[in-house]
Amino acid sequence: MADSQIDKGYCEGIETDHHKFRVVKNHLVQFLVYLALFSALVPLFSILYEVVVRGFSTISIEFFIKPTPTVGEVGGGVANAIQGTLITIGLASFIGVPIGLMSGIFLSEYGESKLSVAVRFFYDVLSGIPSIVIGVFAYALITRSIGFSVIAAAFALAVMMIPIVARTTEEALKLVPMSIREAAIALGIPRWKTTVTVVLSGAKKAIVTGLLLSIARIAGESAPVLVSMGFWRWWFAGLDRPVANLALNVFIFAMSPFENWIALAWGSALVLILLVLGISVAARVLTRGRY
Amino acid sequence: MKISQKISPFIRNLNIKSILQLKKHFKGDDIFKLVSALFASSIFLLLGLMVYELVKGSWLSIQTFGLNFIVGTKWDPAVSKVFGTLPLILGTLVTSAIALLIGVPISLGVGLALSEYMPKKFGLAVSFLVELLAAVPSVIYGLWGIFVLIPFLRNHVYSCLQAVFGFIPLFSGPIYGGGVLTGGIVLAIMIIPTVSAVMRDLFLAVPNSQREAMIALGATKWETAKTVISYARSGVIGAAILGLGRAVGETMAITMVIGNKFQVWPSSLFDAWYTMAAIIANELLEATYDLYISALINVGLVLLFVTLIINVLARLIVWRTLRLTRGIARE
Repeated sequence: MADSQIDKGYCEGIETDHHKFRVVKNHLVQFLVYLALFSALVPLFSILYEVVVRGFSTISIEFFIKPTPTVGEVGGGVANAIQGTLITIGLASFIGVPIGLMSGIFLSEYGESKLSVAVRFFYDVLSGIPSIVIGVFAYALITRSIGFSVIAAAFALAVMMIPIVARTTEEALKLVPMSIREAAIALGIPRWKTTVTVVLSGAKKAIVTGLLLSIARIAGESAPVLVSMGFWRWWFAGLDRPVANLALNVFIFAMSPFENWIALAWGSALVLILLVLGISVAARVLTRGRY
Repeated sequence: MKISQKISPFIRNLNIKSILQLKKHFKGDDIFKLVSALFASSIFLLLGLMVYELVKGSWLSIQTFGLNFIVGTKWDPAVSKVFGTLPLILGTLVTSAIALLIGVPISLGVGLALSEYMPKKFGLAVSFLVELLAAVPSVIYGLWGIFVLIPFLRNHVYSCLQAVFGFIPLFSGPIYGGGVLTGGIVLAIMIIPTVSAVMRDLFLAVPNSQREAMIALGATKWETAKTVISYARSGVIGAAILGLGRAVGETMAITMVIGNKFQVWPSSLFDAWYTMAAIIANELLEATYDLYISALINVGLVLLFVTLIINVLARLIVWRTLRLTRGIARE
């Protein structure tokens, strides 16, 4: 039966209705597939366009050197938020990067074991936990005892950072050819020294890329910052006090009824998106041809 | 395998003294391995501490309300101090379901376009754009949602929907702009990058012999793609569940567009509602007494367990499919 169909449809070039139907269906699906791709990319371009256009009209020199304006004040800027975001990211990296790096080294350099499979699985689990829950965790663990503080926010962001750093470090180290490790070991260099000097420096670029990506990720996080640190309009005032935060500013300003603050929300969003997308593009260029 | 065993063929001929020296030489290895294993194991401590802290924090609420916390429909911190989260759970599930209904078919299309339809080089470039979409912070989606998407939907889409389908209760009622459907749409936009990237990886892992066999039988492109999809079927389901996990836990964007109205069931798709994540973001800072704080942490605990179950399930399915397909591809 199958043979006769093939004969009719293709071998003798006779166009059956069924064949036509299949061809039409094929074209229809192809159209739908590209339509899906188009509709997935429209929001990206719309977001980029709106943020750049609306954000750009807010940005001035004042925007970068003045702190959050009080209600009713004209102008003002996000200088304190930039300072606060840098402090928070720095603290979070201070906690998160060593743990992530060492975990990545363990996962890549010491082969498959029950422990490494479990560790990898739980890192996946951790990266699937919503950021707000991690914020509540930091709130329950730190904020409730020492109050709303930059330490609590940095802790929450560090928890989000660790799985990303561990994963990217692992992948970066696995890209270093085994022959390089063997060569170092054949020279009589201990394994750990091989890892620290030869393997890590070979994967330097990719590891730095991973770090940058994790920083980009936590720089845009606002949910954990909101519940563990809260909104702060002033400059840095100590590690046990809150600091201002760019991403949180976007939320607070956007939900406010003041026109000046809403304009600042777009400006902050532009700074954030330039930071985040800049890092993503830089990461792409740094590791070109590797992935 | 220890390193000294690995290079043993080379040192077999050495005398005992130099072997002892070698062992000393490699002492640092054991220490370094132990240290890195300890750092890696801190993940267990961290997750354990997280569950412990959330349970401890919500203990007061668990003791006071018990199961009523899950099935209760009243959230009244001001007067009666009764907390029930059924409306929040429903709000979270319904908005996530809308997100999946819109997002998964589009993600499937994007995954197919990137793996089957586009030339490889072009596909890589477009993949990068999709990844950029995943890198945009949630709060910027919210900002864009409030000031761009909501006015657009209210003025151009919702009024048309109501004009055509207004006789169905789902599409009747006042249009505020923000609401259940808007929340679902924003969530859909946010899960598409993740879900479609996983689907693309799944499709790319399908061995080429499958495509070649279909083409050899005279199949059209779509019929070939259909085989590819059915080959990675369970992984596609896993990717959708992964998207569900993201949608359920999404906070800032949904807080900004859903309208934040505590009610058991909205009157229509255009009505405002509330989700678990949104109520934590909105109220944890303003919670003034212990039971209130405890109830909010309890919401976090419920959210943690819901997303844990969803994510573990999804990971297992995606892992299994990838391993199976790659295993077969290697044979």
